[in-house]
Amino acid sequence: MQSSALSRYIGLIPSSVMIGAFFVIPFVLILLTSVSTPTDDGGYATGFDLQHFERFLTWFYIERALFSAGLCALIAVLSLLIAYPFTYFLTTFPPRSQTFWLIYILAQLSLSEVLIAFSWQILLSRTAGVANILVWIGVIEKSFAMTPSAGAVVAALVYLTVPFSVLLLFPALSRLDKSLIEASRTLGASPLRTFFTVIIPVTRPAIISGGVTVFVLTLGAIIVPQVLGKPEHWTLSVLITDQAIFNFNMPFASALAVVLLVLSATVIWLVTKFSGKKT
Amino acid sequence: MRALRSIYLALFALYLIGPILVIAAVSFNAKKFLAFPPRGFSFRWYAEVFVANDWFTALKNSLFIAFASASLSVLIAMPVAYFAWRYGLRYAKALLALGVAPFILPPVIMALAFLLFFTGIGLNGLMINVIIAHAVFLLALPLVTISLGLESVDHALIEASQTMGASNAVVFRTVILPIAAPFAFAGFAFCFVLSLNEYIIALMTVGFSVETLPIKIFNALRYGYTPVIASIAVIFMVINIVIFALIARFSNLARILGAME
Amino acid sequence: MPGLSIENVTKKFGTVTAVKDVNLQFNTGEMICFLGPSGCGKTTLLRMIAGLDEPTQGTIRFEDQDLTGVPVHQRNIGMVFQSFALFPHLNVGENISYAMRIRGHSRSECEDRARQLLDMVHLPGLEDRKISQLSGGQRQRVAIARALALNPQVFLLDEPMSALDANLREVMQIELRKLQQELGITTVVVTHDQTEAMTMADQIVVMGKAQVLQTGTPMEIYKTPVDKFVAGFIGTSNLLPAKMSGPDSVHVNGAVLNVGGNTGHFAQGDDVLLMTRPEEVFVHHPSDVDVANSVTGTVTFVRDIGATIEILVDCAGHEVISVLTPKDWPNVKVGDQVHVEMPAAACSVLAV
Repeated sequence: MQSSALSRYIGLIPSSVMIGAFFVIPFVLILLTSVSTPTDDGGYATGFDLQHFERFLTWFYIERALFSAGLCALIAVLSLLIAYPFTYFLTTFPPRSQTFWLIYILAQLSLSEVLIAFSWQILLSRTAGVANILVWIGVIEKSFAMTPSAGAVVAALVYLTVPFSVLLLFPALSRLDKSLIEASRTLGASPLRTFFTVIIPVTRPAIISGGVTVFVLTLGAIIVPQVLGKPEHWTLSVLITDQAIFNFNMPFASALAVVLLVLSATVIWLVTKFSGKKT
Repeated sequence: MRALRSIYLALFALYLIGPILVIAAVSFNAKKFLAFPPRGFSFRWYAEVFVANDWFTALKNSLFIAFASASLSVLIAMPVAYFAWRYGLRYAKALLALGVAPFILPPVIMALAFLLFFTGIGLNGLMINVIIAHAVFLLALPLVTISLGLESVDHALIEASQTMGASNAVVFRTVILPIAAPFAFAGFAFCFVLSLNEYIIALMTVGFSVETLPIKIFNALRYGYTPVIASIAVIFMVINIVIFALIARFSNLARILGAME
Repeated sequence: MPGLSIENVTKKFGTVTAVKDVNLQFNTGEMICFLGPSGCGKTTLLRMIAGLDEPTQGTIRFEDQDLTGVPVHQRNIGMVFQSFALFPHLNVGENISYAMRIRGHSRSECEDRARQLLDMVHLPGLEDRKISQLSGGQRQRVAIARALALNPQVFLLDEPMSALDANLREVMQIELRKLQQELGITTVVVTHDQTEAMTMADQIVVMGKAQVLQTGTPMEIYKTPVDKFVAGFIGTSNLLPAKMSGPDSVHVNGAVLNVGGNTGHFAQGDDVLLMTRPEEVFVHHPSDVDVANSVTGTVTFVRDIGATIEILVDCAGHEVISVLTPKDWPNVKVGDQVHVEMPAAACSVLAV
């Protein structure tokens, strides 16, 4: 018995090494780099220097962080609003069409952000966009480009996150005890009333956790704000990429990444705490 | 009420599928510029993907990286999920929680972490870097699907096989593996698809030496649009759909996504 | 020939004692039922025989072979699980020949044996079915066939009938018993259903609170239960508080009843329980006088179900049930003051 207990741990060595070396160590490196000190030759060395965080604490970056948080919150709300009724109907579909929709939604969810940004750029362009359809039906006279604009960023980000919202709401809604709905209907509630007084309250935890996940997901969006927005629509993720790839300023990029990490963690923590108290 | 439901569902479907249809239409454009409604019809932009050397190389790179990282990810996840489930080892459970973490963080954080790590150890821009990075970043997917698969193995089945003379190794090979395999395949397929479409981690690990398709597309976007990108979007969508349809066929998609049996 | 023996076996899970100091001895070829309420330790005892759990103390032997410490897959046993535990990824034939396949027997050998076993459990031609296509009864037969594939020394069944509906249960109990007698294989069945135990067993082991309360043939246990728990668990029993008034008589409700010689180790003046079985208790019409060995009571309910008639009588606050055949019907109605005759041979005296 003893030797087999040992062999279990031996079986875990390769996985431990991979996770340790390629997740834990790189992750710790970010933390270390964010507080590193600059050296004379333009590099950086380990130390404890908060100058990169001080640089963050200027209005420009704070404004970026607030903008990122506000944008992500807006996207989370819009995305859930659009996805919720669909997901509810989806669970009432026959199994075959349910599977069909799940496959399509997974396929779109997996589609590269690059391709989604590109699609929306085309969709909102002057030569090949929806404006042409509006011209065709005679609403407007001349086609025009709808990018770059805040509206374009929001539309594409919602499009990016709706499949996630559907999949995040799907478990709770498909496990929802359908006799609750029947009970409510026999007690005289209309379908709409049942929806708001039974279905929504029962699935509240899923709505909240779905919202948080979409929020964090949108924080990670990089291409859409760059391609469809103006620089004033850039989020923290874009700035981090910019600092790391084009300015080669690893310490500052790391500091921004730590801020992003703290922002994500805080939102997750706040919302779970807030929602935990109420239920 | 019924009418309202139908209108909403139609609008939702249009919103979801509409953009993809527009891209598909653009990809069959005969002309070099992007136009909708399309002018003429041709497959030339699809041919371009396989004929133009740079696009085809990017496609091959992406497919290879996706295959290798998905395989590696399943190999890392398998023992962790197995030991956590079979023996309830606390260490394996902690490892499982740790392995899920990278996927939850905004990807740019892990991308930067990998960039710092690989430049730090002086191995910059190797293809193996992005393979490992994707395997670790996407580890949550095989961990979750394999755990789900293992949970569907009734402990009585294991005991039954033992009473018929099966040792631990035989139990694993003849009972646990066949039942959990479809779920491991699902984990592999999820990993494969997401790796294929992943941009920022690929950019920060090998962006200047190995071109994957998403990197190539983003670079191409800067020099103006070509319908080749539209045709790639369609190709990717088709690959995604085929793979998820395979998961649905050979595994239990609704269960993996959290529905009850 | 001595077959299965369990010597001083104790099993603890942490601080909980699941099985406490059990000693049992059976002959080869016997059918043994472990009977008791859930949580009494009967399943744990079965799992220790299988090797799925190891005893904390004690020894388990089969004939001259010490099984203690032998890993489960090296014991020659066949087991039927409560859920049947059929492999969902294998078809019926593959399930049945599993034990042979993992030992490297050829495909044709496996197929022949599967066919033979399916005939034995009356399911010919089902080799290629999927498990999900089988009914509950068919699953049980497949599970039995699978467990017997390698002619095991010991055949173990954990609550084998619990997943079946009531009608099927009775059929399967008889069929399983016939099969076991045909094969002459030492068999242990765990059950909480006393009818099941009475139908099938050579020896019944009644368990309660991790211990063995009584071992014996079904009739021994039915006629002479050692205490009120066993009496209550096997069949229906009437229990009346009484006091020993002599070596073979008791005081009940002001009457003195002869209880034959079954007074055990009780002394005069001891508080005891007088136990009778409903079918051995007779109710007499109020007008009957001089009913020997009887107590009086009030009829509270009469249930006539054709083949038998049940009369419930309240004797000074304690309920006595009498089950009579129509020819003994005393023509009483609810509210009548009746005499309840308890013949000496039907009386047992148990500790309070």
